[in-house]
Amino acid sequence: MTTLTGNKITGLRLPAIDSQLFLRAGKALAAPVAGMLVFLLLWSTAAQNIDTSLGKFPGPVAVWEQFDALYQEHRRSREKEAAFYERQKVRNAKRVAEDPGYQPKIRDYTGKETFIDQILTSLVTVMSGFLLAVAIAIPLGIATGLSRTLNSAINPIVQVFKPVSPLAWLPLVTMVVSALYTSTDPLVAKSFLNSMITVTLCCLWPMVINTAMGVSTIDSDLLNVSRVLRLPALKHVQKIVLPASVPMIFTGMRLSLGVAWMVLIAAEMLAQNPGLGKFVWDEFQNGSSDSLARIMAAVITIGLIGFLLDRTMLQLQKMVSWNSESVPH
Amino acid sequence: MSALLDISHIDMEFPTPGGTFTALRDVDLQIEKGEFVSLIGHSGCGKSTVLNVVSGLYRATRGGVILNGKEVTEPGPERAVVFQNHSLLPWLSAYENVELAVRQVFGKTRSRGEIRDWIEHNLDLVHMGHAMHKRPSEISGGMKQRVGIARALAMQPKVLLMDEPFGALDALTRAHMQDSLMEIQAELNNTVIMITHDVDEAVLLSDRIVMMTNGPAATIGEILDVGLPRPRHRLDLADDTDYNRYRARVLKFLHDRHGRAAPNTEKADAKQDTDTDNNKPVERAA
Repeated sequence: MTTLTGNKITGLRLPAIDSQLFLRAGKALAAPVAGMLVFLLLWSTAAQNIDTSLGKFPGPVAVWEQFDALYQEHRRSREKEAAFYERQKVRNAKRVAEDPGYQPKIRDYTGKETFIDQILTSLVTVMSGFLLAVAIAIPLGIATGLSRTLNSAINPIVQVFKPVSPLAWLPLVTMVVSALYTSTDPLVAKSFLNSMITVTLCCLWPMVINTAMGVSTIDSDLLNVSRVLRLPALKHVQKIVLPASVPMIFTGMRLSLGVAWMVLIAAEMLAQNPGLGKFVWDEFQNGSSDSLARIMAAVITIGLIGFLLDRTMLQLQKMVSWNSESVPH
Repeated sequence: MSALLDISHIDMEFPTPGGTFTALRDVDLQIEKGEFVSLIGHSGCGKSTVLNVVSGLYRATRGGVILNGKEVTEPGPERAVVFQNHSLLPWLSAYENVELAVRQVFGKTRSRGEIRDWIEHNLDLVHMGHAMHKRPSEISGGMKQRVGIARALAMQPKVLLMDEPFGALDALTRAHMQDSLMEIQAELNNTVIMITHDVDEAVLLSDRIVMMTNGPAATIGEILDVGLPRPRHRLDLADDTDYNRYRARVLKFLHDRHGRAAPNTEKADAKQDTDTDNNKPVERAA
């Protein structure tokens, strides 16, 4: 209230509703902020009492410093890269001036990936694996949902593969990719393919199951409408089956993306795909005094990105669902 | 001259874990063009099964249905159904729901403009012109049922099948819908089969009331010709001796049947769960 009168004095008159809104927002925020503070307190107290071979366990401040350091490293690396290309340009221009027949060559910058590059790689890998899984799982799920025979044929396979950990798949995927992907000028790195395919394998199942469930539980009255109208099979899927099962399909997709993000970190650690998982592994192997704080920074980043991915899927689900009130908030 | 619709000696049996359950035995009914026929009976007597056989959603075990000289073997738009719980596609607006049906039936024979006019005409007919771009979740139960009727009428069916169309509505809305239906019927003179368990509704709307005995092995018990002149007005009819005589006749039939069926009711009801449930998942033929 005192801030309000303060505003009046400076000439910024706020309507009474705003103070109400402010209070309500304050109340809504109080609990999460308090929870966060308690967590930070517990964390820093616990951290001071844990001694590891790499020094004390990092507290919130140390981790915050590493966030800053990682960002500064990224900026320095970008500056170095820009300078590297600039030098080449100057040198090439000079040589062309001396000898007009010279073909200028641009060499790629081969600096180490920064933390932000690794975040981007992880995001690209997870989205590629996820989209590949979507492309396979949704048609497969619709087909299994429509045909009881196909469902009984596929269900046992799905049930067996669903609980398999990504770490079990990875060696197999690695060997198969090495055997089959033998291009001399590869479009993408093998390590990328390994982690991507592992992600795909792990997030196929929740999507197949949910899509099939959505399709097979469509209100039979709606199916009868389709029969009375004599909709051809393709139109039946397009006009009735797909829209009716969109909420379930998206539930499956959200589950899958959550699984995919978790799987990816593990896969990157083992496949040495240059992503967040590899960052964690490299820091662990590195064993400097900052390593633990940097790993903790990565852990928080992984959590935040996972959270944002889930929120994005939820927004998408709200946009495409006809019964948006059934979508959780 | 033979009737437009010939429901010819149908038997309907359902396999159950406890053996074969006979829902209908020897249901035989002929319906003329432009006739409004109500099927009335206690719940679970197999009314819906008869309708589902006529619509083609079920195949009769014995006997069959002949429409316009052709046997009914599968569902189709010339036997449009108004479902009890409207069955509108919830992700489409009222207009789009009717559009799906109209495009399917007239998509090849009518132009884009004609199709649009026809959809709007049918929605106006059920007084839904003002809300045609609303989705089912945004309109009331009565309005949904109106759209369901518009969708069925827009297919220009040879026979319009209505499965307790107003059963889920409150009494006032129901009365209003019945009046609307009579208006539409006076204008279009459709051939209609309507299932109801409301005696007043049956007498008010029908040319003939077909009373069904209780299952299992339900069949037609009695057929009552309702000779009331049209147009009919519910207020005038309240004191009409003929109206009350027809009403008493149907009530008496239902009452007698109920009494007779009482000793077996429980057993019969348990068995008939399968037969009355027209929401039963049906495997798609395609």
